[in-house]
Amino acid sequence: MRRSQTGEPSELDLMAIACLLPSLLYVLVMFVYPFLYGIYLSLRPLKVDGFSLANYIAFFTDQYQYKTVGITFRLAIPNTVVVVAFSLLLAYNMRRGIWLERTITTILVLPISLGVILLGQGILGFYGGKGWFNQMLLGLGLLEDSLVLTHNFTGVMLSLFMQQFPFCFLMLLGYISGIDPSIENSARTLGAGPWTVFQKVMLPLIAPGLAIAFALIFVMSFATFPSAILLGQPLGATRTIAIAAYAQAFEMFDMPYASAIAVIMGLFQMAALVVIVLLRRRMVMAATMGVGKR
Amino acid sequence: MKETIESLRFRITKRFGTKTVLRDFALEVRGRQFITFLGPSGCGKSTALNIIAGLIPATDGEVWIDGERIDHLPPEKRGFGMVFQNYALFPHMTVFGNIAFGLQLQRRPAAEIAERVRQMLDLVQLPGFEGRYPGQLSGGQQQRIAIARALVLHPRLLLLDEPLSNLDAKLRIEMRAEIKRLHTNLGLTSIYVTHDQVEALSLSDWVVVMRDGLLIQAGTPQEIHDQPVNVFVADFMGFRNFFQTQVVALGPDRDVEAAGNGMKIRGKTRHTFVPGASVVAAIRPDDVVIGGDAGGPNAFRGTVDIVEYLGREDEAIVTLEAGGRLWVRTAARLAPGENVTVVLPPDRVIFLPSEGSGGTA
Repeated sequence: MRRSQTGEPSELDLMAIACLLPSLLYVLVMFVYPFLYGIYLSLRPLKVDGFSLANYIAFFTDQYQYKTVGITFRLAIPNTVVVVAFSLLLAYNMRRGIWLERTITTILVLPISLGVILLGQGILGFYGGKGWFNQMLLGLGLLEDSLVLTHNFTGVMLSLFMQQFPFCFLMLLGYISGIDPSIENSARTLGAGPWTVFQKVMLPLIAPGLAIAFALIFVMSFATFPSAILLGQPLGATRTIAIAAYAQAFEMFDMPYASAIAVIMGLFQMAALVVIVLLRRRMVMAATMGVGKR
Repeated sequence: MKETIESLRFRITKRFGTKTVLRDFALEVRGRQFITFLGPSGCGKSTALNIIAGLIPATDGEVWIDGERIDHLPPEKRGFGMVFQNYALFPHMTVFGNIAFGLQLQRRPAAEIAERVRQMLDLVQLPGFEGRYPGQLSGGQQQRIAIARALVLHPRLLLLDEPLSNLDAKLRIEMRAEIKRLHTNLGLTSIYVTHDQVEALSLSDWVVVMRDGLLIQAGTPQEIHDQPVNVFVADFMGFRNFFQTQVVALGPDRDVEAAGNGMKIRGKTRHTFVPGASVVAAIRPDDVVIGGDAGGPNAFRGTVDIVEYLGREDEAIVTLEAGGRLWVRTAARLAPGENVTVVLPPDRVIFLPSEGSGGTA
């Protein structure tokens, strides 16, 4: 449905606003208030009277702390790229439905239902030094030494991938299978092979959905905490910014400093979102001039 | 310009799981013709078109063009143009981008592409539309662009899958004439899929009537219109009145006399019947004559039941004294409740095999 261009509220708009109220209330109480309180707290350092940026200055002058930003980006960006790329590959090839589709989709989506902790423990057991995965490869003579896949960067990547892939895959599958197949068919009859169809026709149409998937997965990855602790080196290579905040709050009992770190994390996430949304808007303008949702 | 095809020949069977959508659907036609696949939804006509285009694989069968078997070729190698019901324009490209798409894939020089796109836009009467996006065009304009996009590549065969069914009635008639004009002027070979018998009759050189994946009748529009082979085709072609009867006598010159439900009906047939066979008498509403000799052949008494005003004519349902109802279309003004004599002119009544009796042409 095209939105009314007049700018006057229609009956439908009022209805939408009414339906919005409960969630708006929830967001206000459960998110906006704590968030603002966090910002307030972050500006009231323990050692200083009154308002001060001391916590922020402390973070960006302490290498041990500001390093976490780099670590988090190094984890979040490759992970997001890998998750989105694999999801796109699979979802694109499943766009017209495949044999045993429902079974395959169910298996792919199962990890979501397990929760991070259970999944993390499972990965530890399976991919660990004494786990089946290594034992199997050693037994088959494919390896001479166990692969170190847990308690490091790889472990966190594995865990994030398993949590986020189903989510991203389902989102892209919905998006891609919603594209009218006759668009693709017409490209074929005009002389385009499957790769050209993907490149010239489908990819530009999928791009807006891809951008949203990228944004969501990135934000999820950037805030990674349990995976980085369970499967990484929380004191070293995978000390993400979320771990830094947690440590300040519950190990140093410095809530204001912890709040400042959390706010910094939020700002980085927001900045990334803004960049992606701006890019997406340009793509959408090109992709759907005058049709559908802007 | 690439020449259009000389001949097309195919035999296709298609099954989706256990459901057979096309059963040995076979046809052989010359090129430079307008061929229509006509049938109700679900008869397999679109599937057949998609198989010819190479977009769906056939379960079994072959497609030949000018003595070359093409059913193993992917759609992009067949050199056909296709127009879809929902236009299927690329929403992220301008009109120019859409029409130029195929030419750009062929790596034609930019000047040639620009010129050919311009010519095509002139041809479909939308000059100067290069910079617009599909979302800014009306349905009719989008379909013109879709046709231009297919024709710019000089396809040796043009496939049209219900291209008019998303347009409103007035535009549909306009576009129908447009398609006919392009087909004739460019000397194309076209296959057109529709469920609309008026479109099929007005456009085609050759009509193929389909039902449940089977070819029921193929012929010129005149043949299909005047001599349907069975009740299904007759119903599709506007014979609204059907009477179940038994053959009483067979005369020379394909005359038939039959009786049933207290009515004696005379008419013609192109089938071979034996006396006593179950047959269906059929006549179109506009062939029924109101008034006339009440004692003559095929004259029946009845009461006008419902009258619909259609402007130039009235359409009415007459309940016959013998029982049964008769659809009538006449310029004579009728009133509900009026007693009338209706005559079914014997040369307008056709006899068809009763459904299920397996009669053939």
